[in-house]
Amino acid sequence: MSITLKDVEHVAKLARLDLSADEKTLFTDQLNAILKYAEQLNALDTSNVAPTTHVLPLVNVMRDDLPHESLPVDQVMLNAPDEEEGHFKVPAVIE
Amino acid sequence: MSLLSIPIHELHNQLVTKQLKVGELLDESYKAIAAREQSVKAFITLNEDAARAQAVEMDATGVPSDAGLLYGLPIGIKDNIVTQGLLTTCASQFLANYQPVFDATVVKKLKMVQTVTVGKLNMDEFAMGGSNENSSYFATRNPWNTEHVPGGSSGGSAAAVAAGEVYFSLGSDTGGSIRQPAAYCGIVGLKPTYGLVSRFGLVAFASSLDQIGPLTKNVEDAAHLLQAIAGYDQHDSTSANVQIPDYASALTGDIKGLRIAVPKEYLGAGIDPQVKEKVLAALKVLEGLGATWEEVSLPHSEYAVATYYLLASSEASSNLARFDGVRYGVRTTSANNLLELYHKSRSEGFGPEVKRRIMLGTYALSSGYYDAYYLKAQQVRTLIKQDFDEVFKTYDVIIGPTAPTTAFKIGEQVNDPLKMYLNDICTIPVNLAGVPAISVPCGLVDGLPVGLQIIGNTFAESTVLRVAHAFEQHTDHHKARPFSS
Repeated sequence: MSITLKDVEHVAKLARLDLSADEKTLFTDQLNAILKYAEQLNALDTSNVAPTTHVLPLVNVMRDDLPHESLPVDQVMLNAPDEEEGHFKVPAVIE
Repeated sequence: MSLLSIPIHELHNQLVTKQLKVGELLDESYKAIAAREQSVKAFITLNEDAARAQAVEMDATGVPSDAGLLYGLPIGIKDNIVTQGLLTTCASQFLANYQPVFDATVVKKLKMVQTVTVGKLNMDEFAMGGSNENSSYFATRNPWNTEHVPGGSSGGSAAAVAAGEVYFSLGSDTGGSIRQPAAYCGIVGLKPTYGLVSRFGLVAFASSLDQIGPLTKNVEDAAHLLQAIAGYDQHDSTSANVQIPDYASALTGDIKGLRIAVPKEYLGAGIDPQVKEKVLAALKVLEGLGATWEEVSLPHSEYAVATYYLLASSEASSNLARFDGVRYGVRTTSANNLLELYHKSRSEGFGPEVKRRIMLGTYALSSGYYDAYYLKAQQVRTLIKQDFDEVFKTYDVIIGPTAPTTAFKIGEQVNDPLKMYLNDICTIPVNLAGVPAISVPCGLVDGLPVGLQIIGNTFAESTVLRVAHAFEQHTDHHKARPFSS
């Protein structure tokens, strides 16, 4: 499998990144090199191997759905690039 | 001699008996920073005003009767661990203005034992890298030779300790990011078992691999700092609810009968012969203390780097989706609509390595490739973990080098990401298996430190610390310092 410039453009769109022409060429080359290196994994037969997502035997952690104290709104808004009346403000979504 | 080189018990005694003030210790820290930061560049942000105010208050109150050994000690914190009201950038332009409104659990725990936070330490952007060259602010330099990298991603954390700018520091380790810089800078670095230390407030890179841990001048300090930060946390759903032992009491010096496994894959091709020589010499020291060692095989080691870069990048691409320029971070000034706001804020805010890994991860997770890359890597991860399980049936610890070489020169590998990734060949399998490991200094090659890696079974931090401590007690490598102090 090898990655084309078009693949890179598609993946950039999925990742919400704008890449310059130079970045697109560079990433096409570099991702190809990395994925080629990763192809060595195909040498292993893993058809009967369970995947490991986490090393610990994890179970879902549940708590009662009770109201509790939250951060004050002015604190939450402290890092907001733009806000109005306690809401995060963004440019128009619908024209 | 710097006050910051005094052993922890003696320092504590001097504080308790009022021969020494917290303020004087802190002075020593900022004096070292004033003298050495220009060449080392370990800190992104200093916390000087708040730290000095805290020291004044502590000295006015006096040492409480229940104060622990960490009381009053100046600490540096890696800049991906959130600190309330103190800038936390992850060495990224995206978070250049980010003032956290809460403390990470480890920071809360440090406040309980009353360490003093000196500042926030440089790193590779979002912890992606092994040299600190991926910081979007500046590259930290190795205190032993400033033409060389300090390692990474916790390069600032390691360099600040080695340069005597702090008593100790916290870093994070996803694929070697505590142990490799500790090795390169000639100090001690411990990556705990996955789940032992809460990740709440650690800006997520690869959630199934990330762990916070201590970087210190010696093993005993690492035991004490680990004691302070370990433990179950309800705010981290992957936090392990296990009994935390007294780590310092494990430092008995007795390793008689210890069974050591030395994987042939960790001393084979790609390992610098001089590094190998230091590791073999270290094994001889341990043998002299009554341990025995045998060569073993971790047969899937060669697949670890590929497995890691697929898994870590996939998790990173998902984790970093939160940086959209809406709620925090630096927002683009030129967006006409919401989609453009996402695209431009991310493209302007992230550096090249971060973009590269987001791209790799997004590709590996994308429709049609998920099974071939992500699932496959998770399956190989199982095989790598089983290698470790198998060896730990017979052996107490696994020993090898922390890194294949000593610290390389700044700029030497920056254009070849794959080559850079291969530096992590000895550290990455440990994160994939989730087990604990420590790096301790085991000598110098051409004036640059070599790290010995001691790996233990799940939650066997006490064993790892005991072996590291016994080695340290019978060698002088940890006493070597890059600056006369």
